[in-house]
Amino acid sequence: MKFGVVVFPGSNCDQDMHDALKHDLGQEVEMLWHKDQDLSSFTTDDCIVLPGGFSFGDYLRCGAMARFSPIMQSVIEFANKGGKVLGVCNGFQVLCEAQLLPGALLANDHQKFICKNVFLKPESRSSLITNKLDTTQAYKIPIAHGEGRFYTDDETMKNLVANDQILFTYCNEKGTADGDINPNGSIQNIAGITNKAKNVFGMMPHPERATNDVLGNIDGRKFFEGIINN
Amino acid sequence: MLFKASIQVMPIKGLLDPQGKAVNASLHNIGLSGINNVRIGKEITMEVEAADEAAAKAQIEEACSKLLHNAVMEEYSYELKEA
Repeated sequence: MKFGVVVFPGSNCDQDMHDALKHDLGQEVEMLWHKDQDLSSFTTDDCIVLPGGFSFGDYLRCGAMARFSPIMQSVIEFANKGGKVLGVCNGFQVLCEAQLLPGALLANDHQKFICKNVFLKPESRSSLITNKLDTTQAYKIPIAHGEGRFYTDDETMKNLVANDQILFTYCNEKGTADGDINPNGSIQNIAGITNKAKNVFGMMPHPERATNDVLGNIDGRKFFEGIINN
Repeated sequence: MLFKASIQVMPIKGLLDPQGKAVNASLHNIGLSGINNVRIGKEITMEVEAADEAAAKAQIEEACSKLLHNAVMEEYSYELKEA
């Protein structure tokens, strides 16, 4: 398999994503400019990644304009064929705007940009991205966002729970959700979700910033290993 | 015909608007304690070239539903005038 990392104007985690996948996880990676439309060299075994950043300056709404970049029509078709798509941070926002994932990401409840390590608890192992994770463990992954408050209406939320689409929730280092652990006010402490078909993944935390011993944290590796080894 | 449109996009009712909340607190800090329920959205103005008012409205509706607002978190309204 191989990865394709999309670069939008204003993406700023694209090179981190490339380096984590290529150098730390030994994967073949192709960079894709947002004006490209040709994904014919990718099969459904492959994974397209929408990286973090501030696509189009976060103008209008985060991800709203990137969603209409030429490559997104191809990404939507790729996802509908069963290809794997991962969106991290701004990439998650783009996937929600593109309606490949339900819900939206709103301004953090405290109105501040947050950049720190948080702990994540995998909610289920039924998705590729979670099946190498231990649901009894807390994984330390950095977040860096101002608009990460995941929100859906009640009906959509019921479906997310019923279809086992919640990937990760924020927790403390022991893996429990005691006290003030939610960094942005997201509904039910949600940090990441998948679509109904479980081939599109969106998460606010940045696993690509935790894949190398030099960075002092390799908890992020297992998130990618699930996608790579399936 | 040329029209001028003014579109208002607001966070949906009941949804926490942290920006409005912060501004509300600042208004209280400057002594305006009678002001409450501050909500902040955006106004988008534009010119629309169309055959008639109905055609102009159709373009604005499409712009709002596809790009200018996100129905999960926002609602919109607009005014249209002949330029």
